[in-house]
Amino acid sequence: MIERPVKLACRHVWKIYGPHPDRLLAGGKAPTLNEIRGSNHVGAVRDVTVDVREGEIFVIMGLSGSGKSTLVRCLSRLIEPSGGEILFNGQDLLKASPAEMIEIRRHRMGMVFQHFALLPHLTVLQNVAFPLEIQGVAREAREARAREVTALVGLKGREDYFPRQLSGGQQQRVGIARSLAVEPELWFLDEPFSALDPLIRREMQDEFLRIQNQLHKTIVFITHDFDEAIRLADRIAIMKDGAVVQVATPEELVLAPADDYVAAFTAHVPRAKVVTIGRIMSAGVAPQVAGQVPASARVEDVADRIESAALPYAVTDAEGAVIGHVAAAAVIDVLIGRNR
Amino acid sequence: MSRTRALLWPVLFGVSLVLAFVSQHLPPWLLTPPQAMMIDLAGTTSAAMKWLVEDATFGMFTVKEATRAIATLIEVPYEAARILLVDGITEGKGRRASTIIPPISWIAVTAAMVALGIYARNLKLGLLIGALFLYLAVFGQWESAMVTLASILIAVPIGVVGGLALGILAFLSPTFSRVLSPILDLMQTVPTFAYLVPILFLFGFGPVAALIATVIYAMPPMVRITTLALRQVPPELQEFGRMVGCTPGQQMRKVLLPTALPDLMVGVNQVIMLSLNMVIIASMIGAGGLGFDVLNALRSLKIGDGIEAGLAITALALALDQLSQALAARSHVGAPVQGSWIKRHPKTVAVLVLIVVTGLAGLVLPWVQTYPREAMLSTRSFWSDLVTYVNVNYFDQIEAFKDAILINLLLPVKRFLLALPWPWVLALLTLAAWQVGRGRLAGLCLALGLFIVVTGLWEQAVTTVYLCGISVVIAALIGVPLGIWAAASNTAGKVIGAFIDMLQTLPSFVYLIPVIMLFRVGDFAAMIAVVLYALAPAVRYTAHGLRSVQSELIEAGIVCGCTRWQVLTRVRLPMALPDILLGVNQTIMLALSMLVITALVGTRDLGQEVYAALATADVGRGVMAGLAVAAIAIIADRLIAGATARAKARLGLSGE
Ligand SMILES: Nc1ncnc2c1ncn2[C@@H]1O[C@H](COP(=O)(O)OP(=O)(O)O)[C@@H](O)[C@H]1O
Ligand SMILES: [Mg+2]
Repeated sequence: MIERPVKLACRHVWKIYGPHPDRLLAGGKAPTLNEIRGSNHVGAVRDVTVDVREGEIFVIMGLSGSGKSTLVRCLSRLIEPSGGEILFNGQDLLKASPAEMIEIRRHRMGMVFQHFALLPHLTVLQNVAFPLEIQGVAREAREARAREVTALVGLKGREDYFPRQLSGGQQQRVGIARSLAVEPELWFLDEPFSALDPLIRREMQDEFLRIQNQLHKTIVFITHDFDEAIRLADRIAIMKDGAVVQVATPEELVLAPADDYVAAFTAHVPRAKVVTIGRIMSAGVAPQVAGQVPASARVEDVADRIESAALPYAVTDAEGAVIGHVAAAAVIDVLIGRNR
Repeated sequence: MSRTRALLWPVLFGVSLVLAFVSQHLPPWLLTPPQAMMIDLAGTTSAAMKWLVEDATFGMFTVKEATRAIATLIEVPYEAARILLVDGITEGKGRRASTIIPPISWIAVTAAMVALGIYARNLKLGLLIGALFLYLAVFGQWESAMVTLASILIAVPIGVVGGLALGILAFLSPTFSRVLSPILDLMQTVPTFAYLVPILFLFGFGPVAALIATVIYAMPPMVRITTLALRQVPPELQEFGRMVGCTPGQQMRKVLLPTALPDLMVGVNQVIMLSLNMVIIASMIGAGGLGFDVLNALRSLKIGDGIEAGLAITALALALDQLSQALAARSHVGAPVQGSWIKRHPKTVAVLVLIVVTGLAGLVLPWVQTYPREAMLSTRSFWSDLVTYVNVNYFDQIEAFKDAILINLLLPVKRFLLALPWPWVLALLTLAAWQVGRGRLAGLCLALGLFIVVTGLWEQAVTTVYLCGISVVIAALIGVPLGIWAAASNTAGKVIGAFIDMLQTLPSFVYLIPVIMLFRVGDFAAMIAVVLYALAPAVRYTAHGLRSVQSELIEAGIVCGCTRWQVLTRVRLPMALPDILLGVNQTIMLALSMLVITALVGTRDLGQEVYAALATADVGRGVMAGLAVAAIAIIADRLIAGATARAKARLGLSGE
């Protein structure tokens, strides 16, 4: 597989709260967690280096207080990092002037907030059109575009409602529509579904995946819910005490957790949810097959088909070429958690 | 240890009693601070003011020119408002002046207010406001009311815009906020009287000086509410604004201010109510209108006139309060109507048409222009008769009641306090401050106390403390049980709430009228007026505190088998203590501000000092007396705030 180009690179980023963050970071030597805490500082983000590639859903997962929000705000420079580099399409954001930052945020970034952050005095349509209004887009044009994205998130017919007249799920749909109105290249979502009830949350996750299948944005998605992370992510970064512990695909996380901390999250995850067909297939072409499944499919999603067929399935790669085959036994092994 | 603690204050009180008894035998300098200690701060201040007005310059221009410029800036719009509402455009001067264009007719003004009421909420509110304005016309208060309205129309926008600007600056710059905050504190504790004198000195007697005093009085809450409201905009919304690339200006105009609007409207309501509150006081330095009528009636003891004008102020206050509250709560409904300007603003058009039509019709039919004298009603004689009747028939009872309280309560307390040696009082004050807030607070209280000593205002200050103290105790004794009752029953809560609301809409001076009517001038009348005025916060905060005790705690009490009485005394009251203390604190602040007003009825306290200074335009004297009141207010405020914080910490309520 060809690696997709890096959209956003974050190099040794630090955010330390306290009286003298600069002193702690002076001299180029990274302070330890104990040094930071001992001197009455908080290491909200510690030496984070990650790459976000074009078109992927990059999930940052961690318990509350682990520094996720701070990190994503450093990435968009809502918070000034104490140290490090943030490269967006190769340009160092931390060196951008205020005017350049305004331009970048207006046209190339979008953000969705945990508590929706809708303007209470504007209607749904006005809220969605707001980012365009700020850019000085004429009323006709911005309202036309706003109608388009409002329909995209399934709120057609509610354009003239005020936020307080909508349910939580609907409000967040407005938040999503608004952040998409400017067609951002890079889309930040900070725990967008955490304030919603579990059933609505699932519905919104499906909706989110549907929209992403249409738009193929580069996404940084924050969550504290590991199930949500493995459902949505192409890759996951696990954070703890401000540092990134492991960056991997959901499958790799579950099969090879970097340490006990990560293992504690993955222990209860059913394998079938994360293991892909590519990992359990046998090499070579089977003489007779019941059908084809992609190597990237998760076992859970195709288990029924494979299991109920008498013949094995052929496994294809992203280009559609057959690269192996998989039989019911291998799928059942994963489903019941048997190691052979 | 704790036993000696518990005994400390009773013992100190005993010692105080003994000291008061033997005070005649103490050296006189212990009772009255000796001349040698005095510092002539008043003289220095007067001299400084004089220099400021006569000689000081800012380089390009003198202070005198600066005050003139400010005066013109205010005078021009004020004159315009007067032309519209009161004078019309006239030719010539004085009695021979002839009207060229009349002011807006009473019909059109009333109609405009009705339209505003409908716009702000509904027809019902429109009719209520219309009825209140009709009242002004029918009872012959129209002209004075319009003079007052004209000054409100100028003072409120200045107060709101100035408050917004300062509030926004304080929000944007922490340094500015740090500088501004203590100034605002001081402005709210210094009684209005205190700055009347310097303003009089700088701007001269007249409506402009009155407007400036009004704005200074009414603006601080707007500043505070603005800063607070902006700070309370959820951080996510602020981040959202930056994320979509708002410039700082767009962020303020399109994100922060609109989001904070409901809170800001509360500030506007405050400015309006405080401006109305100032109406009578401001008439001491040249405001005309209803305030002047009341003041005049009070001075010449024309009870009927006073009550009528007072009721008119109340009607105006009620109308403007309801209107601004409705505007604050107005929800954005529906999509904007399409069509031409005329189509979109039917009410505005109707009012404009009415102004022109009644203006023209008024040329032929005078009653359209001015409400006809023949159709006016007057309650003047009714009120006078009522007072005469009460005084003739119940004179003995009222006098007996008054004397009983005077002789058994007011005078003994006054004598006791005045007999205490000042070093002893200062020592007790410092000790109390040390117990509540350690060294810093003790130092502050001692310094403020010494300030009062060296300015030679000790006796007046003690008199102030005595009147204020007794009034606050009585207000608390009435207010706290009322608050408990209001919290215990819904019906009582509603009735008491309405009563308290009414008390708070009344401008402070209005309380004086019936009180003087019944009790004439003196400490007793002053006390009653102060108690009435300062009652509201004691009731409010108590009820609020009791209601906001967590229901789980109350349930826990009930499950433990507490009786209703036990739940109240063991669970609810202790938990509500911080709120009740806050209410008492507010009561003290209101009492202090009212005390100065009661100087009019002849108390011999700091208020009287200010009043005397006002009469002789003695800036230094007025400022010193004002600062002495502020010193008392600050001491009371800090002591109670400290005690509240400790109570909160003990209950684990602090730190949210
Ligand atoms: N402005 C701040 N000042 C001091 N500490 C902060 C500030 N903001 C966040 N922190 C601390 O940084 C850590 C990470 O916070 P945050 O990024 O909000 O975590 P998360 O979003 O993962 O819940 C927490 O310990 C928090 O207390
Ligand atoms: Mg967070």
